[in-house]
Amino acid sequence: MQVPAQFAYAKAGSVDEAIALLRRHGPDALVVAGGHSLIPMMKLRLAEPTALIDINGLSELTGVAVQGDEVRLGAMVRHGEVLDSPVVREHFPILADAERLIADPIVRNRGTVGGSLCQADPSEDLSAAFSALRASVVIRSADGERVVPVREFHHGPYETAVAHGELLLEVRVPIRAATGSAYQKIERRAGDWAVASAGAVVTLDGDTVVDVGIGLTAVGAPHFVAPEAEDALRGGPATDDAFAAAARVAAEHCSPSADQRGPVDYKRHLVGELVTRTLQRATARARGEA
Amino acid sequence: MTSIDDSRIPGVQDPAVQIHAEAETPRGYGSMKRKEDARFVRGRGRYVDDVVLPGMLHGAVLRSPLAHARITAVDTSAAEAHPKVHAVITGETLAGLGLAWMPTLSNDTQAVLATDKVRFQGQEVAFVVADDKYAARDALDLIDVQYEPLDPVIDARRALEAGTPVVRDDKDGQADNHIFDWESGDSAATDRVFAEAEAAPDQRVVTADILYPRVHPAPLETCGAIADMDPVTGKLTLWTTTQAPHAHRTLYALVAGLPEHKIRVVSPDIGGGFGNKVGIYPGYVCAIVASIVTGKPVKWMEDRSENLMSTSFARDYHMRGEVAVTDEGTIRAVRVDVLADHGAFNATAQPTKFPAGFFGVFTGSYDLEAAHCAVTGVYTNKASGGVAYACSFRITEAVYLVERMVDVVAHDLGMDPAELRMRNLLRPDQFPYRSATGWEYDSGDYPHTLQVALEKAGYEALRAEQADRRRRHEAGERVRLMGIGLSFFTEAVGAGPRRSMDILGLGMADGADLRVHPTGKAVLGISAQSQGQGHETTFAQIVAQELGISPDDVEVVHGDTDLTPFGLGTYGSRSTPVSGAATAVVARKVRERARIVAATMLEVAPEDLEWHDGRWQVAGDPEASRSMAEIAMAAHSNLELPEGVEGHLDATCVYNPPNLTYPCGAYVCVVDVDPGTGAVDVRRFVAVDDCGVRINPMIVEGQIHGGLADGVGMALMQGIAFDLDGNCLGGSMMDYLLPTSLECPSWELGETVTPSPHHPIGAKGIGESATVGSPPAIVNAVIDALAPYGVRHADMPLTPAAVWCAAQGRPLRTDLAIT
Repeated sequence: MQVPAQFAYAKAGSVDEAIALLRRHGPDALVVAGGHSLIPMMKLRLAEPTALIDINGLSELTGVAVQGDEVRLGAMVRHGEVLDSPVVREHFPILADAERLIADPIVRNRGTVGGSLCQADPSEDLSAAFSALRASVVIRSADGERVVPVREFHHGPYETAVAHGELLLEVRVPIRAATGSAYQKIERRAGDWAVASAGAVVTLDGDTVVDVGIGLTAVGAPHFVAPEAEDALRGGPATDDAFAAAARVAAEHCSPSADQRGPVDYKRHLVGELVTRTLQRATARARGEA
Repeated sequence: MTSIDDSRIPGVQDPAVQIHAEAETPRGYGSMKRKEDARFVRGRGRYVDDVVLPGMLHGAVLRSPLAHARITAVDTSAAEAHPKVHAVITGETLAGLGLAWMPTLSNDTQAVLATDKVRFQGQEVAFVVADDKYAARDALDLIDVQYEPLDPVIDARRALEAGTPVVRDDKDGQADNHIFDWESGDSAATDRVFAEAEAAPDQRVVTADILYPRVHPAPLETCGAIADMDPVTGKLTLWTTTQAPHAHRTLYALVAGLPEHKIRVVSPDIGGGFGNKVGIYPGYVCAIVASIVTGKPVKWMEDRSENLMSTSFARDYHMRGEVAVTDEGTIRAVRVDVLADHGAFNATAQPTKFPAGFFGVFTGSYDLEAAHCAVTGVYTNKASGGVAYACSFRITEAVYLVERMVDVVAHDLGMDPAELRMRNLLRPDQFPYRSATGWEYDSGDYPHTLQVALEKAGYEALRAEQADRRRRHEAGERVRLMGIGLSFFTEAVGAGPRRSMDILGLGMADGADLRVHPTGKAVLGISAQSQGQGHETTFAQIVAQELGISPDDVEVVHGDTDLTPFGLGTYGSRSTPVSGAATAVVARKVRERARIVAATMLEVAPEDLEWHDGRWQVAGDPEASRSMAEIAMAAHSNLELPEGVEGHLDATCVYNPPNLTYPCGAYVCVVDVDPGTGAVDVRRFVAVDDCGVRINPMIVEGQIHGGLADGVGMALMQGIAFDLDGNCLGGSMMDYLLPTSLECPSWELGETVTPSPHHPIGAKGIGESATVGSPPAIVNAVIDALAPYGVRHADMPLTPAAVWCAAQGRPLRTDLAIT
């Protein structure tokens, strides 16, 4: 019977109060944002928090805005807001691509950017997209704030740099010129977890790839990235052959597991296919062609 | 709010999509909006879980985490000490009452709560009764069960090997995992044709191994019950999710020894059944026992995972098909060998004499010289069940087998599959047609139905487009491959004639009673139980058509055994064929009674009246006529009636169908397959169905839409596989996928109408046609798309991984965990 175990509930009125509540309720208290991962886990009793600290009312954590040469997304920005944001669409089509493929409208109306990152599910799409974008996150504790690159944020499945008593406040994504990005996912059905996904961010100088970010999800890539493939491509020509070669490197270096979504060789093949395709699309976008 | 591309949502901005409801309520047949929807769309439906009784307690089931293990000890003391717990029931408790085991619908036995050992992951071990469901769930964690793990039997293909553990060592004389052998058709005659085909230079035998994987009906509403045993009157009221309330009442009486007149089964609104709610589950029995033990009403509702992991699955047929065919494409004979995985208990729901259901219809829609099938059932350490999910008693498997085989034959012969089907389909002049396995098909015009579908699809143009795509693919261009898949199915629904069909000895005839109130409003009582099929509308329309009144003036009562006549329930598309026929017959009885009353009113002899435009009218005198309302009032008045006529118009009847009805259909599916990823997109689906006379065409189309979506699910994403430890890999909706609108195209429906010659209103069942007919069309389309890779067959579900692996020449085995 899918009903949660008993837990206490407290609604935070501010970020500072949320942090204080977390400390007061002890190490088994959890923050609830959109709740679309946590609540099902509680009903299945895979998670049994002693208390839920609800941060849904915190206006400090909302909003998508350009600040200087970066875009800041509050931790409580809903997936649907990311998808609808003109700022996101202008600067980071990779996020719009990914959000379009995350779950369904009902989940997207409720699920949050910060919740997705902190859940640290190995199949999470935004983790790969933000890693490809070389975003960073701001984490606050009672002692103050710190900034952590997304590529150092994930410590493993369901584990992140956010310690108990800390709260993720926002994601900062650098805006780069002459850059395009794209994200693709193969799923068995709309809203299913990815069989494999890839995201690419390509910065061009003429026909040279001056910088590149490649994100992967659901295929056991540490920190959701393919650094070897990025190295293979960086500084080289933006050609289909180069993309295919980089994609082969990405496929070789990830470590997918077999499950009902597919065997290992298929998932590796998909990584190659999707990395190639997203590099092509990102490049076309960088050139203003798509 | 969302930025979903509207063009991905079928029906949006699509001028082809029409809602066919007419503006005014028809006086009989015709499209009208469903009467029951007024309460459903307002959230006023009343499902089992909506029922709350004073003092009601809540039950929860403790389930086995292991697939096969001996139970060495069960300690319930900590759970019993929980302050909110009223009782903990174990197998031992039930054994003391003689209820630890119960009979299945296939005359096997099934554990209610395990006593000796557990035989599948998710099997019921104990039942906790508490003040609320939270406390009941908490107390489950306080029960300590000691298990001694045993090797599980998971791979059905190895279940009969020597040395395999015996799943059912509880049964006397059971030394292996064999359940039954069953065959149909003429083995010797079939072997003769195959021998000829093998020897002849211009004939051949085509063989393929085909799995119809285990799937689950997954109704939106899970199964549950509220048992209320009144300790004063001794009457048990059971609110329960059942498709067959009357059959359940009788079975509870027979199994538990309760007097049948003291049992009232109420099946309120049911949120989907698809066969999942035909059987009796351990949780229902536990709720009844718990109510007797506590003296209070006890509610038990299973959760989603319990439903997927423990209740009736469907299919799980490992089939080898063989076809004897000439090189010109004349199919002479079909031979099939089936290994049927029935799980831990043989709990298949089907008529007694049909252990493999109606699989004998595997000869399909073709004129064969001979046919034979042999089916062997085996036990494994998996959940039991076997016939569920809109399958018409295994016709799903039969149609899939033959329609897949026809495409394999077309592949091997290099023939167009439409041409091959057209060449072998039964001709209209062959009806009624007795098949090689003894089924009497009632009516159909198969070539015409196929032709309508091909024209609607634009078959020639599709093939031309496909050829172009293949040319571009071969030239190295990155294009999606296009596949065109056909199926032509014959269904056999409306079980069934009492002489040959019963369930646990209960003949499959249905009653109906019709009361006409003095003001001419009518109340129809039926035994069929809607799970969303729209019975309250369709059956009202049948009465309306026969009596010349509005469907709005007919109330349909169903789902309460104290209020309705006996009948076997709704499954196997039998409602319209059986209960619908009973409704027409009882309405005609009322009409004949009305004739006598009308004759008295008009002072003529009954023979002088004719039924005209919904009124009894003096022949040749349109001015002299009476409506049903006028007649009903007279029937209840002090009008003096002829001797022997008692008054009122009410009537009852029992309908024993002379034969099944045989709907058919021709389906064309178009898919696009990405060869780089294996992803399949169903671009178009044309479904031309012939279900005889359509009472409410809009409801018929709704039934077809649902079945087609089911087909997309089964063909492309659904499957319940197991790892070799017996862990169920489809135990949640994150693992067991239901299709969404994004996977479904805008369905293109068509119809042909060949009335059933033996049904009172010429109707045939439609509930499962699309579920039966669509999976082979979709799979045939995907395999057709993969022709450039030389693919001849691959098993469902055709996930992107399965498609890609098939194209690499190493198809996945989809009943086991992918490794």
